[in-house]
Amino acid sequence: MKQLMLGNKAFARGLYEAGCSIVSSYPGTPSTEVTEEAAKYDEIYCEWAPNEKVAMEVAFGACLAGKRSFCGMKHVGLNVAADPLYTCSYTGVNAGMVICVADDPGMHSSQNEQDSRHHAIAAKVPMLEPSDSAEALLFAKKAFELSEEYDTPVIIKMCTRVAHSQSIVDTVDRVVPETKPYEKNIAKYVMMPGNAIKRHPFVEERTRKLIELANTGEFNRVEMGDTSLGIITSSTSYQYAKEVFGDKASILKLGMVNPLPDKLITDFAAKVDKLIVIEELDPIIEEHCKALGLTLNGKDLLPIEGEFSQNLIADKLGEEVPGFKSLGEALPGRPPVMCAGCPHRGMFYTLKKNKCTVLGDIGCYTLGAVAPLNSIEMTLCMGASISSIHGFNKALGAESEGKTVAVIGDSTFMHSGMTGLANIAYNQSNSTVIILDNSITGMTGHQQNPTTGYNIKGDPAGKIDLESLCRAMGFNRIAVVDPYDLAECDRVLKEELAAPEPSVIISRRPCALLKYVKHNPPLKVDENKCVGCKQCMNIGCPAISMKNGKAKIDTTLCVGCKVCSQLCKLNALQEQ
Amino acid sequence: MTKNIMIVGVGGQGSLLASKLLGHLLLSEGYDVKVSEVHGMSQRGGSVVTYVRFGDKVYSPVIDKGEADFIVSFEKLEAARYVEYLKEGGRIVVNTQEIDPMPVITGAVSYPENLIEKMEALGIQVDAMDCLSLAEEAGSAKAVNLVLMGRLSKYFDIPREKWEQAIRECVPEKFIELNLKAFALGLGE
Repeated sequence: MKQLMLGNKAFARGLYEAGCSIVSSYPGTPSTEVTEEAAKYDEIYCEWAPNEKVAMEVAFGACLAGKRSFCGMKHVGLNVAADPLYTCSYTGVNAGMVICVADDPGMHSSQNEQDSRHHAIAAKVPMLEPSDSAEALLFAKKAFELSEEYDTPVIIKMCTRVAHSQSIVDTVDRVVPETKPYEKNIAKYVMMPGNAIKRHPFVEERTRKLIELANTGEFNRVEMGDTSLGIITSSTSYQYAKEVFGDKASILKLGMVNPLPDKLITDFAAKVDKLIVIEELDPIIEEHCKALGLTLNGKDLLPIEGEFSQNLIADKLGEEVPGFKSLGEALPGRPPVMCAGCPHRGMFYTLKKNKCTVLGDIGCYTLGAVAPLNSIEMTLCMGASISSIHGFNKALGAESEGKTVAVIGDSTFMHSGMTGLANIAYNQSNSTVIILDNSITGMTGHQQNPTTGYNIKGDPAGKIDLESLCRAMGFNRIAVVDPYDLAECDRVLKEELAAPEPSVIISRRPCALLKYVKHNPPLKVDENKCVGCKQCMNIGCPAISMKNGKAKIDTTLCVGCKVCSQLCKLNALQEQ
Repeated sequence: MTKNIMIVGVGGQGSLLASKLLGHLLLSEGYDVKVSEVHGMSQRGGSVVTYVRFGDKVYSPVIDKGEADFIVSFEKLEAARYVEYLKEGGRIVVNTQEIDPMPVITGAVSYPENLIEKMEALGIQVDAMDCLSLAEEAGSAKAVNLVLMGRLSKYFDIPREKWEQAIRECVPEKFIELNLKAFALGLGE
């Protein structure tokens, strides 16, 4: 049946149709919906793993046991999973194993703009790159066949515009292949030096065979048009190139971006007068073509940074772009903000008030770095807040210990925070770690995690108790506070910063957007009492604004958390 | 020839249902369709954009500056923000509601005045209406999206029954009547 389908959902459909049985992933925009949609099929076992490395190892174990498996992640997640990836390239698979990595050119919701193709090259595993939903579905299915035929994990690289665009797909029924019997094979699966040395030549030989497939197989195709210009491209760049040039150019469209073909490219180059590579981010296809001895344009004309679009390509390559009208005035920006009632707000207000140096982490709470809270001073990667505060305090000692904190969310703590905390417990720095426990993975759109007590389907699951975990690691000082209670937050923060040993503060209240969270009626402003002192504006709540010198509450947004009313000395913010 | 509709607004206003409805409708009309949206950060009260493109064959999933036949805006400032994306002769359908962004809330800048007039002064066709009041009249402030769709439908050569059928197929059953009413109010009935 033909239908309009999100790229990520089409990917999940491909997993389903291919008979994939086991899925383990960690959420990350723009990859999350692949796993969420897969979880809607009862025939597939799906789970959120604590992090991407665990997810990939789960998928590896499942394919080893003989079932087709999958793990999905965003580009930075593949850094975390790089360890198993590079070596399961050597072991190969039993049943097929497919990995989704979703890049984010333009950094719509990421901390860097890295190009995942480097991982495929370095790990020597094939990488497919769909350019729309139909290809996402098709490639997901083909990837399993490729995986089993060539004895390798296969990566499918998505990007924001393919992952989060809907286009037309055609679906068919699910076909489940027979479980491949697991057979003990120490030489293949135990990667100690003596065995791994013998597997490396296998990997190189596999790559040679895959290059042949890239030259002749179905993933790469030539669309001959006018031969005055030849374009080599892939992914969403292919769509932009077709939009701009139509059949005014000939196109070599690459669906397999690692390994790259050689003969196919040189044959194509011989048929066109001029050659250009159109690829987002790094010049990987371009460098490959240059190594083949070809003369061509690429990053000399097109940017390495950011996303492409049809106009960008037209403009840079000398084609006409449409004109437009402009208002000619700078408009106020509308950056994302912490939601009204966000439990993180009270803690960040307290940290700002106490002039703390705040080392941050990855999640909604990274918004604690923006005005008016301006609190977080460092964000690097998952878990770095806790590891970094240890280094920070070891470097500065008493000078920083009493005023520096690490803040990390519950899901990020389970992902990569625990090992950093173990380091503090083991190597003893007097560090204060705040776990912002909002009982969900918020940033990526409410996924369950090992601390929530529910699994990906919303059914009851194992629940890790943060207090017990920290205590087991050797922390004596563990405090739990409600971030809606500013006085209590202030008291506990001061106490733990002053304490002569490391401590963990758990700032606990569920995300205000969770369906089970009951909201209080919105507050109202007593205009007779409000003098327009703007104290309530210091928390950056989107529900409060100043109108005609008085505070005004947007009753459609306010959830009655009363954090603002604790700041009003005149008691002007009241319950209705 | 590919036609382009940009749906813009503030995260949480319900633009996803509008693009779902349009995609569903245009697919049933036999067009090739692409709908593109950005998830993640933008959901938290930020500026959100959805692209809907349809025609015989659609390549790019995004709409670029100077390409939009229609900009459907859930909020006034957001219509002004994306005015450069409008094609020569394109039309803006805008809800006149004002939602203060954080720089306005903190007092760093004020909400710009006379935005509709400024856009009209550029020779742009602006169809402005108070969709929030109409949505409330229909029964819920959340029905702004269907009020906007009702108004947009005036400019399309697609029979009303097809729009209503798409609404029935895209909306949970208990909200169908509410949304049909909002659609009719947007149409000017």
